[in-house]
Amino acid sequence: MDKEKIYTYDIMEVCLLAGKIMLQSGAETARVEDTMGRIAHSLGGKESHNYVTPTAIIFSIESEQPTKTKLIRITERTTDLHKVTLVNSVSRRISNGELTLEESYHALKEIESSSNYTYSIPTQVSAAALASGCFLIMFKGSWYDFLPAFIAGGAGLLSVIFLHRLVPIKFFAEFAASLIIGILSYLFVFTGWGVEIDKIIIGSVMPLVPGLLLTNAVRDLMTGHLVSGISKGAEALLTAFAIGSGIAVVLSFI
Amino acid sequence: MLPILEQLITSFIASAAFGIIFNTQKESLLPCGVVGMAGWVIYFLMTESDFDSVGATLAASFVVAVISQLFAKMYKTPIIIFIVAGIIPLVPGGMAYDAMRNFVENNYNLAVSLAAKAFLLSGAIALGLIFSEVINQVIRKTKETPKIKMKRTP
Repeated sequence: MDKEKIYTYDIMEVCLLAGKIMLQSGAETARVEDTMGRIAHSLGGKESHNYVTPTAIIFSIESEQPTKTKLIRITERTTDLHKVTLVNSVSRRISNGELTLEESYHALKEIESSSNYTYSIPTQVSAAALASGCFLIMFKGSWYDFLPAFIAGGAGLLSVIFLHRLVPIKFFAEFAASLIIGILSYLFVFTGWGVEIDKIIIGSVMPLVPGLLLTNAVRDLMTGHLVSGISKGAEALLTAFAIGSGIAVVLSFI
Repeated sequence: MLPILEQLITSFIASAAFGIIFNTQKESLLPCGVVGMAGWVIYFLMTESDFDSVGATLAASFVVAVISQLFAKMYKTPIIIFIVAGIIPLVPGGMAYDAMRNFVENNYNLAVSLAAKAFLLSGAIALGLIFSEVINQVIRKTKETPKIKMKRTP
């Protein structure tokens, strides 16, 4: 009897760990709920219910004893889609019966403890720089402006990453980053390096655009996760507002 | 012909670079680029041939979602990875920027109409995603065999 009780608690731990990693790495709510339910079911939980919002997970599991429920709080959210994929494949293996409870816990712990991103920050920044340059061309800018957009876009993402470490308020980091982009773009045009300031700014702001949040918000709303959908939509709107106001400050001084 | 080639290459690189920014695994970067390229080319060709940009965005995001679903099944990875990479180029960043600029310059009428357009474009993206999801669900429903009870491991 006692052993079973412990076992039920262990199932709960594994499910919550999987859910936590996925939610922190930027998965949709439906995927998190589905994965947790599947893991609980495959590991032998009789019936489980979960309620996932962007800031907390409530998970309860039925057993012979009174229902067990646990709440965990999610404070830090990043974007690391590789981790979502990894947890997804662990859950697949659990469903196929390839992993025992203990093995799956260790597998998930290993994913969680690899706290570093899949790509190093220099790689990410250069990717952002390259993307900014390419967006400039896609928005019919001239190749003259490629280098300014390249530099401004890279500087934008770099400053978001560092400012977010300095001040843990996302809004401020994004506002300051777009301010930096605006100032840099203005300087490039002022010194004659760049031609069209509009195109340079649009291109270099693109890496900051809340694309993942927007997509997740739509998908969450679609699957009926109204609370998560609306709060992610609000977060996306706030980010867009931060970027917009940063640029607006620069534009109003030109 | 050259502009098209330019657009193809830059959209591919930009979408793959977004895969890196969002930390997707290396194997997914190429498909990410392909999804982004497909969406952007449809949008580009349609707007070049004087289609309304809302319709073009709708068509492009629909195609992005369909291809993403194929890739997600092929690579057994969460669909969100491909959708995000494909959607990013369609986000009306330029429109929103123009709206913001006009707000700052006190051209409120123009600014509001641009903002409304940007809002419509975002709605078109969402609608495209929803359409493809509906189709996916319908296909899944028709394919679904009678439910097999999952085996429970003790």
